[in-house]
This record gives sequence, structure tokens and C-alpha cells, in this order.
Amino acid sequence: MKTPALASSNKGFALNLTVLLALLVLVFPSSMDIFRLNMMGKYLSYAFVAMGLVLCWGYGGILSLGQGIFFGLGGYCMAMFLKLEASTPEYTASQTTPGIPDFMDWNQLTELPWFWEAFKSFPLTLVLILLVPTVFAYFFGLCMFKRRVGGVYFSIITQAIACIMTILIVGQQGYTGGINGITDLKTCMGFDIRTNGAKLFLYYLCVFLLVLAVLLCTWVSRSKAGRLLVAIRDDEQRVRFSGYDVANYKIFVLCFSAFLSAVGGAMFTLQTGFMSPSFVGIVASIEMVVFCAVGGRMSIYGAIYGTLIVSVAKTAISENFPELWSLLIGAIFIGCVLVFPKGLAGLYADHVMPFLSGLDGRLKGAFRGAREDREAQIEALRDVPADKVLLGVPPQFLSGDGMDGIDDGRSLS
Amino acid sequence: MKSKIAAKLSAVLIGAALACAAGQALAGDNPIAVTDKAVTVGILHSITGTIALSEAGSVQGEKLAIKEINKQGGVLGRQIEYVQEDGASDWPTYSEKAQKLILKDHVATIFGCWTSASRKAVLPIVEQHDNLLFYPVFTEGLESSPNIIYLGPDATQQIIAGLDWVINEKKAKTFYFIGSDYIWPRTSFKIARKYIEDKGLKVVGEEYYPLGHTQFNSVINKFKLKKPDVIFSTVVGGSNVAFYKQMKAAGIDLAKEKPLLLTTSVTEDEVLGIGGENIEGGYSIMKYFQSMKNEENEKFVKDFKAAYGEKSVIGDTTESAYLGPWIWKAAVEKAGTFDIDKVRAALPGIELVKTPNGYVKVHENHYMWMKTYIGQAQKDGQFKIVHGSELMEPNPFMKGY
Repeated sequence: MKTPALASSNKGFALNLTVLLALLVLVFPSSMDIFRLNMMGKYLSYAFVAMGLVLCWGYGGILSLGQGIFFGLGGYCMAMFLKLEASTPEYTASQTTPGIPDFMDWNQLTELPWFWEAFKSFPLTLVLILLVPTVFAYFFGLCMFKRRVGGVYFSIITQAIACIMTILIVGQQGYTGGINGITDLKTCMGFDIRTNGAKLFLYYLCVFLLVLAVLLCTWVSRSKAGRLLVAIRDDEQRVRFSGYDVANYKIFVLCFSAFLSAVGGAMFTLQTGFMSPSFVGIVASIEMVVFCAVGGRMSIYGAIYGTLIVSVAKTAISENFPELWSLLIGAIFIGCVLVFPKGLAGLYADHVMPFLSGLDGRLKGAFRGAREDREAQIEALRDVPADKVLLGVPPQFLSGDGMDGIDDGRSLS
Repeated sequence: MKSKIAAKLSAVLIGAALACAAGQALAGDNPIAVTDKAVTVGILHSITGTIALSEAGSVQGEKLAIKEINKQGGVLGRQIEYVQEDGASDWPTYSEKAQKLILKDHVATIFGCWTSASRKAVLPIVEQHDNLLFYPVFTEGLESSPNIIYLGPDATQQIIAGLDWVINEKKAKTFYFIGSDYIWPRTSFKIARKYIEDKGLKVVGEEYYPLGHTQFNSVINKFKLKKPDVIFSTVVGGSNVAFYKQMKAAGIDLAKEKPLLLTTSVTEDEVLGIGGENIEGGYSIMKYFQSMKNEENEKFVKDFKAAYGEKSVIGDTTESAYLGPWIWKAAVEKAGTFDIDKVRAALPGIELVKTPNGYVKVHENHYMWMKTYIGQAQKDGQFKIVHGSELMEPNPFMKGY
């Protein structure tokens, strides 16, 4: 049996990426005002976490219920830099100690704590955004996987760590801003991040990074490591007996997902202008797993669409039914699990695929007269379905990697 | 060939993106939703989540005031319509919903927020888009935004009035502080400690517990050991239920006033959860109690119960929330327009002579001049007012504290 990872093909990849790009670069910006677009950008920053979960959970079978930790660490690193920049001596002149962030002053701190010093430098902050969560994930993974802690025990421990992290941040309010979070962020390297122009720029930056992340995820999922992860998920013992160090692969994928989450966290802070411990905690972490599950946990694109759909639904329902929305959302989730347990990507593979593969057959017919030119075929496949898709099929069903249907045997290896 | 198509595609995408960018950049300016007949305002509180219970009263107060204003003919001849959003007890949600109210619904003002954290999340939004927020809860101060009106007492108004009374009337000498662990309790006790120590009196203990904490036995044992004259509590929310029940179970009878309990965080709403028999005899410092005797309050209580049921109670924050729309109305009428800049300019100096808690006036710093009262908790869940202060000036940035 082919695993979906092995079955994805170049044309499927090109089609998926084109549709995603068209949606994010053309459809959203032209159909939304800046407020909604900024919200989309915010949701896209969660999509980084969901994509990390696809690799970590979908491929590797490691269900982490603590991805909020890494999202939060990335976000806090960014927020600390922005807060220092916003706390100029002029702006904080009314404080007992001008020049330090306002919440420190309220908590009777009189000088900047040592670990804040590093966040005065932008390049160092960028490095720390990526490094802190990844290194944290590395040591955490080292402790867990080398001792062969896995399955539900691992999930529970990640949840506990997310909980501890929240308590730590809330409790140390002089150093972290406590339950208020780090608020009132204004500029980044002198650029006001609150203007419409800046929000638009940040949206495109987020899309750009997201596309890079998609490419990176696709590469990892198709690599030998990606296939080993699937093997580990399906039968860990067998992989171990084949001579692979299972723990190292698991640590790698956890670090990789932490790395992606951190990028998402930093983009989140930039786009919303603040960071709060509620993104570190258990609820946020589970929400991210839900994004991934709704999209289809084996699908990188599914994770993005899942995140967007769930977030948009949450916002829309809560705006229209402020008193009922949490019940409605709950009902939708239960419905999802009952009706399509494989997520949107699964729906796509089961229902949209047969239709598309029919189309595929006709296309191949049209090109049969010509030489079996690989380039030409890819081009045709790229153009026509994309067209078809934009006209009729809802974009959310265009995710997925279960491309078996239109696979013509040229699967990448 | 492949690369050609890729190049074409990316050229199209970039071109379209730039076009969109230009379109976005041109759209600016955020008008407010006023027609000849109606004006839209926003209500932003938590209806779901952990603090929904506390915020419910504020929503009721604001809606009642809007209803009454509409019945009297509205503001500048316009009926007030409201758009309500749910903050879901989650600060980031407040920020998002505030943006939505301002940018999508074009509200003329927002009534809302409850915890300091929710206010801090909304502050940059109302400042950036130059809108208004009427905030109905007692606060730690340390903040004075040109776009926020702070309707509740600030820390000095509650604490100084309470301490003066307990020191002069009850001859208190030693104090024990207990609070929830966040900015408001910590600031309150910073002020209280300075005030107490300046008078040569003593604070014998100061402790903070996380929000939602329910195990107070160790601190209750310390009360018994140190025997303070006054236990000063700023424990908030659900923790109160555990705190007062455990004190009673440990044999501390608040009615004996040994030690005397003073709190700035318990209103009629909280007593509903704590149970009158558990807090009977404790003293609360507020600007409003449901039992206040004046014509305005009697009418307010009657209308409130008619709207929300005979069993509903009114706490300080509910009444503050009720004042919000009235103060906004007065400011709009003084300005003669809904234009936010002009309303904002008209706000300092606005006074309401007859409100359920008496005379109030908006200070230059956007806090309120008000009197503070001390009420003793009764078994039936109401407070008996034992003392009222002079009119107090708000002082959110306490110099010397």
C-alpha cells in the first residue's frame, strides 16, 4: 500500500501551491478590507503551528498538546523586543524608573532584568525567536524520547508543561507582564506596525514565510526522514530493529514543529501588537490540534485550510451569536469528527478526487497524439484543474496529499 | 517552458498584489455610524468563560441605561442601537472584537471591558483608532488614556477612604494584606502599605494567591497566629467563595470584628456566590451599594428588578456600567455632535448631579470625582452603609506612593 507521502506527485504539488497562492495573494487581498485581512494574517500565523503538527502528529504519530509553548516562546521573544522599543524614556516619563517596560515599573522593578538585555538587538532577537523554542523542544524531546516515553503519556506531559509555562508567566508578572501579557507594542525598527500599510506588508510577509514553510514541510515529508517518521508511527519496534535510532527522528520532528510554531508566534505578535499567556496554555494548544484535525492531519495544505476555516467560523459565529457561539462551535467539532474523521483532506480524497481523475483521464487523451512530453503534461495539468477549481470547487476541498487518484505512476522518490 | 509559466504566474500575482496594496492604502478614514434616526454603540463584555458571571451585571446595567435613554428620546434625537460582542474572558479576543466594533460597525463609543488585562488589550485599539471606551470597574490607576473613561473608583479613592475610617473609628493598629496575584491587588497594597506606615502603624503580613485559588487554610492559620486588627482583602472572583467559607469554618467570626475584615473587592454580586451568612459582619469599600437611600437609587433598583427579575442584585460595577451611557449622552449633548474628538474634549467636567450613588463628575484625568462608602455585609446579602466620605478627587498616579 502506498502511503500518501509517497503518492504525492509534482503535479499535485504544483496545483496545490498555485491554488493556495492564488487564494492568499489574490482572492483574500482583493475581497477583504484591511481589518479582515489582518485577521487572516493572524490566522495564517496559527497555520504554521498546524503544519508543524501535520509532520509531528500526522506523520510521526507524536501528539503534542503543548504546541502553544513554542508558539508562545516565539511570540514572547518578538514581544520583548517590541516592548523595549516602545518603552522609550520619553514615552515612559511618568514612571518611577523611565525607560523600562511599564509593567516592570508597576511591579516595583527598578532595572531591566538580565535576560531582557538580549532583546535590545533586532538580529539577536530574530535568532532567539528561532533558537529558544527549538532548543527547548530539543531538550524536552531528549528527555522524553530517549527514555521511550510516547503515546498518551507524551501528550499528557506536553499538556502539563503548557500549564506550568502559563503559571510561570502569570506568576512572574514583573518579568513577563503576568496575565495582562505584553501589550501596547508600537514600532518595529522604527516602523509603526499599527498602520494599514504595515498590516498589509506584514500580511504578505506572513504569506511569504508560509509558502517557505510549505516548501520546507513538503521537502521534509518527502525525504527519507519523512518516510521513516510514517514508519515509526505505524510500527516503531520494526523501525528500531531495522537499525534506526527512532528517538533521534522523533526529536528532529518535534524540534522542526517547534521551529515552525515559533515563526508563527513571532508573526502573530507583529500582526496583533501584543502577546498574552493565553496563547501558551492548554486551551490554545488544543485548539491548534483541532485546526490540524479538521484540515486532515496528513495534509500540509489541509492544515492551512483547516486553520483558516475553523478560525473564520469561530469569528463569524461569535460575531453573529454572541450568546450561543461556544455551543455552536462545539457542535460543529463533534459533527466533524463523526462525519469526516480524516478531515477536509480526507473529504477531498474521497469525493472530489474521483471527479478530478475523470478530468485527468480526458486530458491525457487529448495529449496522447503528441509525444509523451513530461513538461507539456505537467503544464496542462497545472492549467486546467486550477482553472476548474477557481470556477467551481470550493478552495478548502483542494487540499490534501491523497493524490492517488490522479497519480499516473510518476510518484517522486 | 516550466520556468516561463512560473515567471508569468509570479508576474501576474505580484502585479495583482500591488494593485490590491494600492487599493488598501487609499482606503483610510473611519466614519461613525450615525443616521438621522439612530446611532450605533458597542458593548464589549465576556458572556462566556470564567469572568462571564462578573461581567453579566455590567451588560445589564449598560443595556438598561440605553433603554431608558431611548425612552426619553435618545441622544441628539437619535435612538441608541448597540452591537454586542463577546470578549470570551480572553484578552486577545477583546482586542479583536474592539477592532471589529470600531472598523466594521463604526460605533460611536464602546461600553465594556472588566479585568485590567482586558482594558490593557483594548487600550491601544481605542487610542489608535481614536474611539472611546467607558470602563465600569474599580481600577489600580497608573494609566490615564485620553480615550478611556474610568467609571469606577481608583485605588486611592477606595483605599484611603477605607483606611481613614478603620483607623479613626475602629482604632486599628495592625493590618494583614491578602490579595489575588495581579496588578490591581498589588498596586492597591502598595498604596495601602505606604499610607499605613506613614501613620506609624504596622502591616504584619502581605500575601498573594493566583486567580482562581481555593486553598486559604495556611493564610487563615497565619491570621490566627499574628492576630491582626484588620484583614484587608483584595481577593477577586471565585476565590472569594472559598476564602470566606474557610474563614468561617476556621472559627473566625467576622461579626465580632476581631479581626475586622475590610475588602475592596466584594460587591453584592460576589456575596451572591459567597453567601451572606459567610461574610456577615465584613466591611466593603465601594462608591455604591444597592441599599443606598435616595430617590434616584430607589427608582434604579425598581427598574433594574423589573427588567432582570426580582432576585437580581446590583453591585458597584453594575451601577458604574449604568452610568456609562448617561455620561456619554451628557458629553455628546454638550459637544452637540457625535464626533469623537469633540465628545472627548467635552468629557472632562461633565457632571451628573443625581445618580444612584449621588454626585459624580469627570476629572481632567478621565477618572471620576465621587464619594466612597463603607458598607457592612448583612445576612441577606445586602450591605448596611456605616460611613460615607467627602467628595474625593481621583488620583491615578499617586505621587509619593
